[in-house]
Amino acid sequence: MSLHLQTLTELASGLGSGDFTAVELTRQLLGRIEAHDAGLNAFITVLGERALAAAAAADAARRAGEAGRLAGLPLVHKDIFCMRDVRTTCGSRMLENFVAPYDATVVERLARAGAVVLGKTNMDEFAMGSSNETSWFGPVRNPWDRERSPGGSSGGSAAAVAARLVPAATATDTGGSIRQPAALTGTVGLKPTYGRVSRHGMIAFASSLDQAGVIARSAADAALLLGVMAGFDARDSTCLDHPVPDYVAGLDAPLAGLRVGIVRQHFDAGLDAGCAAAVREALRVLEARGATLTEVDLPNLDYCVPTYYVVAPAEASSNLSRFDGVRFGYRAADPKDLLDLYCRSRGEGFGAEVKRRIMTGTYVLSAGYYDAYYLKAQKVRQLISEDFRRAFATVDVIAGPTAPTPAFRLGDKTDDPVTMYLNDIYTIGANLAGLPALSAPCGLVDGLPVGLHLVGPHFAEESLLSAAHQYQQETDWHRRLPEGYA
Amino acid sequence: MHKAACIIACASVGGRFQAYFSGFSAVSLDHDQVQHIAMLARLRLADDEIAETVAKLSRIVAFVDQLSSAPTADVPAMAHPLDRTQRLRPDRVTEPDDREHVQENAPAVADGLYLVPRVLE
Repeated sequence: MSLHLQTLTELASGLGSGDFTAVELTRQLLGRIEAHDAGLNAFITVLGERALAAAAAADAARRAGEAGRLAGLPLVHKDIFCMRDVRTTCGSRMLENFVAPYDATVVERLARAGAVVLGKTNMDEFAMGSSNETSWFGPVRNPWDRERSPGGSSGGSAAAVAARLVPAATATDTGGSIRQPAALTGTVGLKPTYGRVSRHGMIAFASSLDQAGVIARSAADAALLLGVMAGFDARDSTCLDHPVPDYVAGLDAPLAGLRVGIVRQHFDAGLDAGCAAAVREALRVLEARGATLTEVDLPNLDYCVPTYYVVAPAEASSNLSRFDGVRFGYRAADPKDLLDLYCRSRGEGFGAEVKRRIMTGTYVLSAGYYDAYYLKAQKVRQLISEDFRRAFATVDVIAGPTAPTPAFRLGDKTDDPVTMYLNDIYTIGANLAGLPALSAPCGLVDGLPVGLHLVGPHFAEESLLSAAHQYQQETDWHRRLPEGYA
Repeated sequence: MHKAACIIACASVGGRFQAYFSGFSAVSLDHDQVQHIAMLARLRLADDEIAETVAKLSRIVAFVDQLSSAPTADVPAMAHPLDRTQRLRPDRVTEPDDREHVQENAPAVADGLYLVPRVLE
């Protein structure tokens, strides 16, 4: 089978048995990126020479009997992760020329395990968006239909994996930014428990919600990468000191006895009928393999999106105050005084959606409004978390749709910010409650992929991965290719 | 102003969220408020950005205003998703001096200092 069609797990086996070298593999994928990315815009930076050097080093390590767990395996990083001496833009004009002076912990751990990084992927500006249309570097196109969005904010990572330009990618998720693009591109997206993976060197958006994860083609590949990325890091004060299980070894846990919760409201009128049918069929497959389905209630579900759009902008307005035109990033020309330097550098360096979120956050934190909005949202967040806690007293995972519709057309949702925000209605709850969640492909509607969403209690990544892996033993949705990318 | 009644009980996702916007226009921000918020956030909006910003921010504020109907009496505010407190570390220098490398990203530096427009006349 052509190398670009193989999963990380298959490539690892081929490299291990000497069927091909990491340099050969890297050359082949760089060629694919060159051939296909002009039509997708999934990459902001391609790291050709650097990747080939890393591949040669991985081959040498293997010959010396010192191959790391990911030796020679190709990856791309979402351009939100700092990579030493590589431009790291976060999809923004503000950081268009920012060269990171250090590695993010995720970047460092994957490199130490031998991964070969082919490039940095396009994304919504500062990860604020659900369609990849807010990027300063232009929208990413969905390989399943290039007139459509791949979702966002990790749209470049998702499109690159879906088009078989690379087998897997890092990504980040604050309200659905891993899982929604995974659903819209027919890939697997895993957002771990809050604090499971270090945020050090990951450019901050909303620090009580942000979490690093992966987009891959199979649950097994996601398990392989998470095992390398997860674990305590003293450089992130919210990173949790919790043992990292062997996620790959856990994949074979049977579905028999798994208690799956279904939320009735998830299947209300807002869900596209084709998506609903695909998700119901996936649930039937889980049931046929021995899982039990039970209805659970999340009474405060409707408050998830508004709660998020208070909490996340509030945190963003604080986090993004570091971009001041003084120490790094964009600086406006000829400022007349310090205030003018700040206001114009930020006014010109940030795009419209980022400015709206900073201003929303500034508003909800300002005197006279703090209690009514920010404090209120933190209380509602507690209610939403309690709903999940109650549900997980009776079920092991909650299953449903990842997104309300398949991929939408570019430009379709840009006029109204709230319509765009509602893309994340099913995913945001997991961020608010800090829960791990995964999206796996479970069907096609009019030729466009649909995602099955699984949410578990804190640190239940193993159950999510094994459930998805068992599902993928029964089905081949994760192996479907967009036309033109075989 | 922002407290105006705008909560519409809705029954289902699609219709549900459409309904949030169809019934009200009372919750909104005006031009002066938006300019004030922009100044607090140290953002200069171009003249042609202001009208759209007023309209879209008003829409967002109206949308999040539905939280006012949530029953939160006696509910503690949640600051951390896993209910942890901030971890502290010993107050020791652990990072090496990397100033020159870090300052390569600065728009203007001299003698290791960041340059800004004159602050004191």
